[in-house]
Amino acid sequence: MMMASRRDVLAGLAAVALPRGSSPLTMGFLYNGPKNDLGYNQSHAEGRQALRSLSWVKTVEEASIPETVAAEESMRDMIFQDGASVIFATSFGYYDPFMVDMARENPRVQFFHCGGFYQEGKHPKNIGIYFGFIDEVEYLSGMLAGLSTRTNKIGFIAAKPIPQVLRNINSFTLGARSVNPRATTKVVFTGDWVLPVREAEASSALADQGIDVLTGHTGSPRVIVQMAERRGIFGCGYQFNQSSMAPHGFLTGAEWAWGTVYLRIAEMIYAGKSVMDGSIPRRLTGTLKDEFCRLSPFGPSVTQSSRNRLAAAKAAILNGSLEIYRGPMRDNEGRIAIPAGKVLKIEDVELDRMDWLVEGVVGKARG
Amino acid sequence: MQLQPEGLGAWGIAVALAGGAMRGSIPYMFVSLGECLTEKSGKINLGMEGVLLMGAVTAFGVSDLTGSPWLGVLAAAAVGLVLGAIHAWLTQQPAVNDVAAGIAMIIFGSGLAFFFGKRFVAPMAPQLPLVALGEWSRVGAIQSALRISPLFFIGIAVAFLLNWVFTRTSCGLKVRAAGDDPQAARALGIDVNGVRFIAIAMGGALAAVGGAHLTLYFPGIWSEGISGGQGLMAVALVIFARWSPRRCLAAALLFGGAQALGPSLQSLGITGYYYLFNASPYLLTLAVMVATCTPSRRLAGMPGALGKK
Amino acid sequence: MTRAETVIVPLGAMLAGMIVFGAFCAALGVNPLLVYASIWKAGFGSWYSWQNTLVRASPLLLCGLCTAIPAGAGIIVIGNEGAVVVGGLGAIASGLATLSLPPFLSLTTMFLSAAVCGGLWIAFSVALQHYRGVSAVISGLLLNYLAIALMNQLIEGPLRDPSSLDNPASYPLTPDHRLSYFSGTHVHHGLTFGLVACVLAWFLVERTTFGFALKICGGNVRAARLSGLPVGRLVVIAGFLGGACAGVAGMVEVAAVHGRANESLNAGYGYVGILVAFLARQSAFGVVLISLLVGGLLASGGMLQRAHGLPDATIAVLQGILFLFILLSDTVYGRFKLPWAQSHEAKPDAAAA
Repeated sequence: MMMASRRDVLAGLAAVALPRGSSPLTMGFLYNGPKNDLGYNQSHAEGRQALRSLSWVKTVEEASIPETVAAEESMRDMIFQDGASVIFATSFGYYDPFMVDMARENPRVQFFHCGGFYQEGKHPKNIGIYFGFIDEVEYLSGMLAGLSTRTNKIGFIAAKPIPQVLRNINSFTLGARSVNPRATTKVVFTGDWVLPVREAEASSALADQGIDVLTGHTGSPRVIVQMAERRGIFGCGYQFNQSSMAPHGFLTGAEWAWGTVYLRIAEMIYAGKSVMDGSIPRRLTGTLKDEFCRLSPFGPSVTQSSRNRLAAAKAAILNGSLEIYRGPMRDNEGRIAIPAGKVLKIEDVELDRMDWLVEGVVGKARG
Repeated sequence: MQLQPEGLGAWGIAVALAGGAMRGSIPYMFVSLGECLTEKSGKINLGMEGVLLMGAVTAFGVSDLTGSPWLGVLAAAAVGLVLGAIHAWLTQQPAVNDVAAGIAMIIFGSGLAFFFGKRFVAPMAPQLPLVALGEWSRVGAIQSALRISPLFFIGIAVAFLLNWVFTRTSCGLKVRAAGDDPQAARALGIDVNGVRFIAIAMGGALAAVGGAHLTLYFPGIWSEGISGGQGLMAVALVIFARWSPRRCLAAALLFGGAQALGPSLQSLGITGYYYLFNASPYLLTLAVMVATCTPSRRLAGMPGALGKK
Repeated sequence: MTRAETVIVPLGAMLAGMIVFGAFCAALGVNPLLVYASIWKAGFGSWYSWQNTLVRASPLLLCGLCTAIPAGAGIIVIGNEGAVVVGGLGAIASGLATLSLPPFLSLTTMFLSAAVCGGLWIAFSVALQHYRGVSAVISGLLLNYLAIALMNQLIEGPLRDPSSLDNPASYPLTPDHRLSYFSGTHVHHGLTFGLVACVLAWFLVERTTFGFALKICGGNVRAARLSGLPVGRLVVIAGFLGGACAGVAGMVEVAAVHGRANESLNAGYGYVGILVAFLARQSAFGVVLISLLVGGLLASGGMLQRAHGLPDATIAVLQGILFLFILLSDTVYGRFKLPWAQSHEAKPDAAAA
């Protein structure tokens, strides 16, 4: 579907007055941290804002909910106290057992989880998973890093070596090495999602080792981008637009565009579809092409030739001619990760189990 | 021009530890010095974590509003003074338990800090100007490690000043008297409550300045996770340092430097067991404590009235 | 203190605290009366809310005892969080090893391993204080961080379930090897453990010679030693018992809430437990009441966010204000003479002198 026509449809929907006597659809949002973290949680909060254009949707949100019983209680409260009929849980740890139990308890409420692992037959039918594959955007971001680095050393600061993080490290590195085969990526794991002081120390330590492009995957990599600016090196953002942290050295970043997802789900629900009968897909995923994610605007130090190369690569990704995970691909311990002739599509579930780091990454996938 | 084509290799660890010690020690320094002053007067203030966070958020907000980071530091000190005063007044009421009051202050202080912190839209506030001692070097890492916050020097000065006050002035004598033997002090005509009030309030002011460092230099942002227990840890460091301001300084440097160990090892490629490496400061402190304490010696230096009413 | 005072004073403190909080809300442009109504409704206003409160209070009962029991012996324990984590790890390790046994045996093993692990963790820091002079405040705090590092290393290492992909966790317990709920509610039996533990603790401290000996140690160590009490052994046992309670809280998280061990074991219940113990004046009965109060406040936090647009930190501000007032209220006892109240203590008869 063309983007323009979808917008028109939504505009039309928004303009329709509610049938008399019906109350707005209430949707509840749960975040694991504060909404102004310039990172993951803010990307979801921003996505929720997109729903404000719909007059028939009312949203409630709760922030800083720990991944314990409190999550279950919050979901329950949203259903009983606020009458929510749709719940969006944005953090991994909310899924099992909290959302699963809540879904069983409330079969008529639709639950959507970001990034969870649904098990057919085991988990109730009123749960849907939504997620975006951001690998291609990380690839483009990495390309710019590869084009901009002068020491050929890139630094990646990550929280934990889970598959999603490894995918980002790998796709970023693949992008960098596609334009600069001598580029390497050094990885430092901080151990947890929100450790600003440790992230800053790691950034500093990497810069000491000659790295001149920094990026990361933590709760919010803004500290990393800011430290890059301080050390006079380049920074690439992630999850949200962190260019404000680095007026000179910001290159670009891989951002989420959850608004697209939330609008899409809302539109389907308005049309009477539900995840229970499968009319809303059990796994709703999207890529750069589906606008689930996007590239941050370029920073001032990005040259025109780099912009051109990126535009060309982006076009190639969009028309399907550039596929990132194309074999033969070795991991950084010499083993074959993807055999010759094989291509893993971005949505391939095998990638969800990634436990290796690609050649060119200095670091271990297991601590 | 900066020269960093190859990076420093193993020397990088030394540089990182040195730089880390000078950056990371500052919150620990100020909080432990503030707590040292408090405990010398005979009271314990466990609530320093809340004061640290309030100092951090105040410094950030005021710096952002006024454009002056130094005003931010002053505002933080003022807020710390007020919070310290509240703790002082509270714990001087009969039957109020000091430890409980401190923990309640952690919850109150951090809640208030997070509350006001939600309003910040600006990602960064004007930062403190740095003293650049490393410009002689052409190595970027050394230049960066030697860009030192003025608060570092102020903290060292405060440590020596406190030491001098405690050992050589009548003010300090009054504080120590209030802390060692309040009854005897009162008999001598010292206003023990008044002395303690001032000591605790000033201790709070110092701790808040430690918080200002977090948002106005390193890491230089406001985030709810910015402290992660540093205030509480610094209180422990005072005991570790046996209530000596100069040893507090040393302990803060040790701790701050150890914080940089985990990340710098990884950046060199030593990647195993990073959780345990990241916990090394705590392990180190515990090991030193166990090795150096004995039941008879542990109370050497401890103010006599600490822990009693 | 009079009987009337034990009721009026805490209530008065809470009232004063709520008024100050109301002023805070009013200054933010939010109607305090509506906020009060929401807090009541979400925390205590219906059976539904009570369940929410009870669920949140359960871990606090056990974590509160972790500080309250040793406090009777004069030791301040703040290492509760570490004991919870270590207890949870012990529970999952033994639970996974006994999956082939009948559920009752498996759960009992989990219970015992959690209690032992947590108990030893706290006993260690108490022993360090008594025999080596290392302050329990310091060692407790440091051991907390070490426990968390150990937890992360184990959960992402040897204990890791490979299929737990993006949310590192251990292998799960089978559904029948978990703690169940009170039927018809969503309150799990962690509450039972907590309440039973509080009753046992009360009994231990108030009605046994052991408890009496503990109180003497807590009152005057010298007197205790002079009367021949093995002070070292007593305080270490007290530490062990407190740590066992916290360890069981970890087991409850594993067996009732998550069904596995993951980083959410480090949920902060330990720290809240310290406060609960102090507000309860280290009494087991008080721990029950204060846990319910704190549980209710936590339960209403979400409502404040959704119904009034207040940020999540607001409930922490309320907690802080209330706790400060409750602590302050300790000084009020005996200050005001209530004409209708009878004093418990018989005044020494002046004429008998």
